[in-house]
Amino acid sequence: MEHYNMNLTLKVWRQKNKNDQGRFETLQAKDISSEMSFLEMFDVVNEQLINDGKDPVAFDHDCREGICGSCSMHINGRAHGPWDGTTTCQLHMRAFNDGDTITVEPWRAGAFPVIKDLTVDRTAFDRIIEAGGYISVNTGNAQDANCLPVDKNDADLSFAAASCIGCGACVAACKNSSAMLFVSAKVSQLALLPQGHPEKQSRALNMVAQMDKEGFGSCTNTGACEAECPKEISLTNIARLNREFIGAGFSSEK
Amino acid sequence: MLNAKIPAGPLNSKWEDYKGHCKLVNPANKRNLEVIIIGTGLAGASAAASLGELGYKVKAFCFQDSPRRAHSIAAQGGINAAKNYQNDGDSVFRLFYDTVKGGDYRAREANVHRLAEVSGNIIDQCVAQGVPFAREYGGLLSNRSFGGTQVQRTFYAAGQTGQQLLLGAYSALERQVALGNVKMYSRHEMLDIVKIDGKARGIIARDLVTGELERHFGHAVLICSGGYGNVFYLSTNAMGSNATAAWKATKNGAYFANPCFTQIHPTCIPVSGDHQSKLTLMSESLRNDGRIWVPKKQNDTRKASDIPEEERDYYLERRYPAFGNLVPRDVASRAAKERCDAGFGVGTSRQAVYLDFAAAIERYGSIEVGKRQLTNVSKEDIIKLGKEVVAEKYGNLFDMYAKITGENPYELPMRIYPAVHYTMGGLWVDYELNTTVPGLYSLGEANFSDHGANRLGASALMQGLADGYFVLPYTIGNYLADEIRTKAISTDHPAFVEAEKSVQDIINKFMTTKGTRSVDYFHKKLGKIMWDKCGMARNEKGLKEAIEEIKALRVEFWKEVRVPGEAKEFNPELEKAGRVADFLELGELMCMDALNRRESCGGHFREESQTEDGEAKRDDDNFSYVAAWEYKGYGQYELHKEPLVFEECKPTQRSYK
Repeated sequence: MEHYNMNLTLKVWRQKNKNDQGRFETLQAKDISSEMSFLEMFDVVNEQLINDGKDPVAFDHDCREGICGSCSMHINGRAHGPWDGTTTCQLHMRAFNDGDTITVEPWRAGAFPVIKDLTVDRTAFDRIIEAGGYISVNTGNAQDANCLPVDKNDADLSFAAASCIGCGACVAACKNSSAMLFVSAKVSQLALLPQGHPEKQSRALNMVAQMDKEGFGSCTNTGACEAECPKEISLTNIARLNREFIGAGFSSEK
Repeated sequence: MLNAKIPAGPLNSKWEDYKGHCKLVNPANKRNLEVIIIGTGLAGASAAASLGELGYKVKAFCFQDSPRRAHSIAAQGGINAAKNYQNDGDSVFRLFYDTVKGGDYRAREANVHRLAEVSGNIIDQCVAQGVPFAREYGGLLSNRSFGGTQVQRTFYAAGQTGQQLLLGAYSALERQVALGNVKMYSRHEMLDIVKIDGKARGIIARDLVTGELERHFGHAVLICSGGYGNVFYLSTNAMGSNATAAWKATKNGAYFANPCFTQIHPTCIPVSGDHQSKLTLMSESLRNDGRIWVPKKQNDTRKASDIPEEERDYYLERRYPAFGNLVPRDVASRAAKERCDAGFGVGTSRQAVYLDFAAAIERYGSIEVGKRQLTNVSKEDIIKLGKEVVAEKYGNLFDMYAKITGENPYELPMRIYPAVHYTMGGLWVDYELNTTVPGLYSLGEANFSDHGANRLGASALMQGLADGYFVLPYTIGNYLADEIRTKAISTDHPAFVEAEKSVQDIINKFMTTKGTRSVDYFHKKLGKIMWDKCGMARNEKGLKEAIEEIKALRVEFWKEVRVPGEAKEFNPELEKAGRVADFLELGELMCMDALNRRESCGGHFREESQTEDGEAKRDDDNFSYVAAWEYKGYGQYELHKEPLVFEECKPTQRSYK
């Protein structure tokens, strides 16, 4: 693979804290290697800001291998930037050319208030899981694992839904800031498995209720969430959630 | 004298016996007992959930924005359990034996046996939680083999096993949060332990969003904060992974055991330049099907595809015919370094070897042809079918490689090189997972207990969950049963005030130093010293130099570090500064420990102690002990030895030939 260096202009959202109004700031990124990840490019920019006595850009990141779900940049109008099925940390600079201007914003959603610069508060997702994103089994209750065979197709679909990393790109991409893809991924994972059946109705009802309470919008099936999801979680999960939710509404006494 | 409190009796009945006799706490009393848990990875989250279910009042802390992001999530390959579902001769004893042998006879037998005993329960528990493990067409669980073993005992969920296990534990944790049994403090970092009358009674934590310091009381404190691989700056750990909690425990009297035992993982994507911020692991499971080779000719600059079969050196298969590409991690890593140092490395840096799937693709393609009863199949079609099978098994890993390197691993062999991955050393704990401070426990990678000098693949997930789900919930009762009369201590107690002041002093020092160099500058320098002199091969001269260099770097750090921004705000640079300050002390202790251990064992390779053909040579007469270091003041440590007694696994020179 040929490597090259580039100079870039960044328009970065700067916001001191949640009460600050915030604004775009223009920063220069010089001698950026095409081999760097997008976050390593920010490391270089921050090193320069620190050396210049300025405040570095705050952004969430941790594993830098696309699995923890911490990174959360809206790049040139797309959640996690131009590559499909990719988190910001796995986006590499060969996606850009010398002289490009790149706009970088935090996730934009009322339920994800900005903490500082590109860092947002996503604890609403934790509260949605608290509302029902689990199977109620205490440690020590379990029977032998192979006592419960699971159809391989169901197991594979469940796994595909479970690969959600909880980054929030689906919410950021959605014009309604809906969290339906996130909620449906967890509901689907558990509804597809026999272990998850006893609670599947209350789970769907409670998680959706909490989603609404947190201020996420409604789903209008535009599919932007699926298009921007770094783990390519399928829109069919939303259809499954709707089935579970409507079914629960008709039959549940809860 | 260190007392490991190993129960008497035969090895295979110690744990049953312990459980039958340990003290219990009645449910009404549990409600009044508070437990603080630092870290929410597999060990912390599973402990928090289980203790919450038992009825204790739990406070769990993590520095990330959510407990679901702990670095356990990045574990790829799998989790071991002695289920013997494959009928291939596995048993609790085999898993125990493999783990002790794989650890090069530097682990405590009783702990490892208990780990093997509860391994099966972990799989049961995770399946019940809805963890979507890989399954066969009949609906039963699938297994694969992993480095260092000859049975198939590894359960997995594609290349995302850690993610699925952690999300299972996280869900259980969140359920307890909803029930009010666990209070979660995310974006909080523990910055000191509070001790009262010699017992751990609480912590000082910093709210990372507001920058405010907080005092929290607990009847016991659990350190589940993971390993310290980031001492090396470049590692497969997450950027935030740190040793601060474990190090503050050390400074408060907990001994730190075997700090030099670090695992260098053989299959990582090589460093591409100075900008590199972290290294990415390619799961060890790739060695099940991939073949590792370098050119037979030194400094061969031809493309991999231009090097004919007979000019390739499959050096692991050549040196270790019995295990081949599946030798344990330490052996595979050293063999790669040996080839690269001798001038046979590949890629622009020459610090890489090939991991080649061409043979596996062809083999799987042919199997598919047979399965589907196809006739007149061209070579291209066989390859196409083979790629589909490989994609199903390893697709996410191949995609990750392609994104990072820009190369297609289905067409070209991958380039790999060893990288720091896991630390076997950690806080010394007894059989009950208690450190040398009463009431201060350590679980998972943060403790030293189960992996000796080298950890086998798919055993980290097993240990984290064993400790949190099935060990600590019993052992902590044995301590807390005597604490039921201890009322919650006010955080106005002088010990809290004093601890908070010492934390505040360090923060003030960072904010007022206003030096000329960023935190990363020092971290990178420390990492280079550690990698060069306390990495895959160590010797007396290098280690002595490293100790002096680290001391000097520490002085420079406190004079020249620049932390921008304010203390009372969200300030990631301030967080990093605190962590690097601790790494600068721990790094020195790692070198001291490596210098003291004048033998080679597991991941610790002293050049002075090797066999004629370059294999690690243990010295059981002089070093069959756990080295537990007591903090005696800044840069001062005293060595305590816990002798290791092997009743069941008689130490032999490990051979994978």
